[in-house]
Amino acid sequence: MNFLARGARGLLLTELISGMALTLRYMFKPPVTVNYPYEKGPISSRFRGEHALRRYPNGEERCIACKLCEAICPALAITIEAEPRADGSRRTTRYDIDMTKCIYCGYCQEACPVDAIVEGPNFEFAAETREELFYDKDKLLANGDRWEAEIAKSLSLEAPYR
Amino acid sequence: MNVFWHGYAWPTILTAIEVLCVAVPLLVAIAYYTYFERKVLAYSQLRKGPNVVGPFGLWQPFADGLKLLLKETIIPSGANRILFIAAPVITFALALVAWAVIPFDVGVVISNINVGILYLFAISSLSVYGIIIAGWASNSRYAFLGALRSAAQMVSYEVSIGFVLVTVLLCAGSLNLTVIVEAQRHIWYVIPLFPMFVVFFISGLAETNRAPFDLAEGESELVAGFHVEYSAMSFGLFFLGEYGNMILMSAMTSILFLGGWLSPIPLEPFTWIPGPIWLLAKILFVMFCFLWVRATFPRFRYDQLMRLGWKVFLPLSLFWLVLTAGVLIATGWASVR
Repeated sequence: MNFLARGARGLLLTELISGMALTLRYMFKPPVTVNYPYEKGPISSRFRGEHALRRYPNGEERCIACKLCEAICPALAITIEAEPRADGSRRTTRYDIDMTKCIYCGYCQEACPVDAIVEGPNFEFAAETREELFYDKDKLLANGDRWEAEIAKSLSLEAPYR
Repeated sequence: MNVFWHGYAWPTILTAIEVLCVAVPLLVAIAYYTYFERKVLAYSQLRKGPNVVGPFGLWQPFADGLKLLLKETIIPSGANRILFIAAPVITFALALVAWAVIPFDVGVVISNINVGILYLFAISSLSVYGIIIAGWASNSRYAFLGALRSAAQMVSYEVSIGFVLVTVLLCAGSLNLTVIVEAQRHIWYVIPLFPMFVVFFISGLAETNRAPFDLAEGESELVAGFHVEYSAMSFGLFFLGEYGNMILMSAMTSILFLGGWLSPIPLEPFTWIPGPIWLLAKILFVMFCFLWVRATFPRFRYDQLMRLGWKVFLPLSLFWLVLTAGVLIATGWASVR
């Protein structure tokens, strides 16, 4: 009897049919696709994307050239040179990040005592040449100006946990 | 002059036009079958599939085709150049040639020969050559292993397909495909010969090297199997040939078991729809089943494949062949023409 039941199940393909019914049911469920370039998924306030150098509200750059980020960077992606400015304050003359070396660990923004270097929410900075990914100080400051609103929001959201 | 024109030239031109009338829509159908496959797989995985190129992604097949056409054809230095180029041509040509005997309605067929089903069987057996020549000519281990697998697989399943075809033509009493369809006017063969239909459909999957029997490609162990060394349009021809074979197998299933161009119920509202539309609808349904199976089942192991072919399908189809023949003789239903 058992043999007959098994034979009938095999011959009538009941298990295969039930499997196919499952795929058919799934075909009528709404897709979960996010149409990426047109729609974007939500991003956490802890997202570590493209780097930016921030400024104070009065336009003064925050970075004080303490070189903690350069020291902590595990990928050795950051290069900083500094000397005192005419008004006596210590500022960088060169702040380069090699984005092809960077591993986006976020240690630089953890190390920064003045929240100058941060990783913003932008992840769409693909470039056609290598050279475009060697960021200098101007590029980083421009990023800071461009993304300040989003960065400030993320930082204020994360402030209670830091 | 007149004899030459009316005797040879004009019939040749007419035949060429008939061939184009079948081949061009077929090529478009193959292109859109790839689109259909991607959409079916996508929706069964809760994705959307191609939807960017053109409205609903409808130009995607042409974008893909253009891409393949514009790429460089790479011929490996160790390959046998002539056979390497010939293999995809053989595969693709055989997928098209078989359509010569497929009837779309009474009399709407390029060549209404009395050995139609035999011709189809011969053509589908020949298609193994394209694959095995490709595997051998590539001079690559993966390609060769893939070709060996697919040769063994296609030969094994052809045996049971042969028995299924014999069963059908016993019932119809003819090898002519038009007569076979007309013989199903009372009842489609899918109902009395249901086990044979199942065997035919599954063997069809194996015959066209489709999931879950796509061991010839087996990307997890053979990279891409027999076409691993192919690129650009020579790869494209294999691709077109595979999908052409799937459409052909769907058409064969529709004609042999699903009553070809006959409407499901021979009553008024159904018979208003012309026959070719019914045939198209049935072919589309079987084509969808091919994709549906691919979306559902994982690939067979090679020994399971051989076990299924030789130890299940062969005895089963042999048994049903003898049973059908016995019933036909005992009841006197056998129609001998």
